[in-house]
Amino acid sequence: MEIDPLIFRLSIFILSIFVGYYVVWSVTPSLHTPLMSVTNAISSVIIVGAIIAGLSGNSESIFNTSSVFGFIAIALAAINIFGGFLVTQRMLAMYKKKKKDK
Amino acid sequence: MISANLSAIFYLVSGVLFILALRGLSSPETSRQGNLFGILGMFIAVTVTFLSVGNFSSGFIFVLVFILIGGSIGAFIAYKIPMTAMPELVAGFHSLVGLAAVFVAISAFLNPEAFNLGKPGNIKLGSLIEMSIGAAVGAITFSGSIIAFLKLQGIMSGSPITFKGQHPLNAIILVSIVILIYLLCSTQSSNLFWILLAVSFLIGFLLIIPIGGADMPVVISMLNSYSGWAAAGIGFTLENTALIITGALVGSSGAILSYIMCKGMNRSFFNVILGGFGATEDNSGATKKEQRPVKSGNADDAAFLMKNASSVIIVPGYGMAVAQAQHALREMVDTLKKNDIKVSYAIHPVAGRMPGHMNVLLAEANVPYDEVFELEEINNDFANADVAFVIGANDVTNPVAKTDPQSPIYGMPVLDVEKCKSVLFVKRSLSPGYAGIDNDLFYKENTLMLFADAKKMTEDITKNL
Repeated sequence: MEIDPLIFRLSIFILSIFVGYYVVWSVTPSLHTPLMSVTNAISSVIIVGAIIAGLSGNSESIFNTSSVFGFIAIALAAINIFGGFLVTQRMLAMYKKKKKDK
Repeated sequence: MISANLSAIFYLVSGVLFILALRGLSSPETSRQGNLFGILGMFIAVTVTFLSVGNFSSGFIFVLVFILIGGSIGAFIAYKIPMTAMPELVAGFHSLVGLAAVFVAISAFLNPEAFNLGKPGNIKLGSLIEMSIGAAVGAITFSGSIIAFLKLQGIMSGSPITFKGQHPLNAIILVSIVILIYLLCSTQSSNLFWILLAVSFLIGFLLIIPIGGADMPVVISMLNSYSGWAAAGIGFTLENTALIITGALVGSSGAILSYIMCKGMNRSFFNVILGGFGATEDNSGATKKEQRPVKSGNADDAAFLMKNASSVIIVPGYGMAVAQAQHALREMVDTLKKNDIKVSYAIHPVAGRMPGHMNVLLAEANVPYDEVFELEEINNDFANADVAFVIGANDVTNPVAKTDPQSPIYGMPVLDVEKCKSVLFVKRSLSPGYAGIDNDLFYKENTLMLFADAKKMTEDITKNL
């Protein structure tokens, strides 16, 4: 009997939770705010679903109810992706070490 | 058009890049590179999606247009936002992830053929379960984050909103969500789908209103976690590895941060979530308010004390963020350092309105991160320091947490500020902090209260140094 592909996805999911657990514990507490903004940005990879939805219309009707929801979701996720990564970059650029000789 | 197998491999690659992005945050040196990994991962995921759909018709242009619109709004916000507003920004961004998850789920429900999930009214059972869970969690994330945003922004009062029968009502709604998902999967009725969304929006709203302003670090972390689980739910629906990996990463990240924040307050997660903290304590605090003598001083006194010190520890809190005093503080510290005084910063885990909030503000003011210490690292040093300069913090320094088992904050880890030879406490008035309890520190022999706006006081001290 074949194994349902769902089981494979579930395995990836469970193992990723463990990876996340260990990786996040190793994040230094002073970077917890950038951690939140970057997790925000990467969770917007949900844009891939939005793109599929947006492209679901055919050439006669680009806009149907389903694709319109997709388009809005694309814009929302894009705000997050650009906003999240850029603000993280901006924050991380501020973390500096002590200058040795002054 | 590329094959499904090839695109699955690319999605896996972007999932791995996201793991590396988080891994980079283990130290500030590697963090910038980590962020680039994250951007690369996102770029790969988006490109592969275009290639796998392979439909470069006019719809494709619109996709790009919407990415451009969203992207410019996002970029604009990212450059304009002041660092003090970071909690609001993160709460706002969470709400967008939640809403995007809901919209993707709606699209998939209305047009399952585009996603290979079956036909409208006859969606594959597994996909429907995943889709409805993703949509429900997304909706909760959305409305919960909106409330958190409004509270942080000050548009809505930060004090907890409680009413009779709140908990039973929430419990009933949560149970009804489970029942709705069950019915939706057995009937495939679109009406049930809309009701499910409406009820989930409602519960997100109800869950967050009873939680007070200073519990926001927990709330933001929790919503961070929810946004991850919502993404994972949609990832299962779309059978997309990148989304599943990311969802799991973000979900566990948010959960860990919530745990750390709860531990910093010595409160259980359920205690925070059930809310209402600070509302009842307010009354008891007011009744037992007795007039005790405090020593208050001015900038001159403070400057004198610090000039004669050999080591100073700064304890920043939310008040510093409110007064935007971080730059003035850095200037004061620079002057101290010129006089060969050793200065370090002590940060309590729950200082501010989100995890790591104070660290970002200090970094913004050009404070080197190796002068900034966490509670466990620095707590023993207070006994050897000459001056503790408490600016905008209150409850996290209250010795009552160690001495009085009756106190609502008993057992919470606090900074041992009282062990310093002298304590300078910048505060606008004697009013109790968020927990509604008096701070014993105000009345100690060696405490000098500096009643003023944090920014103005710090500037005045610098002038007098």
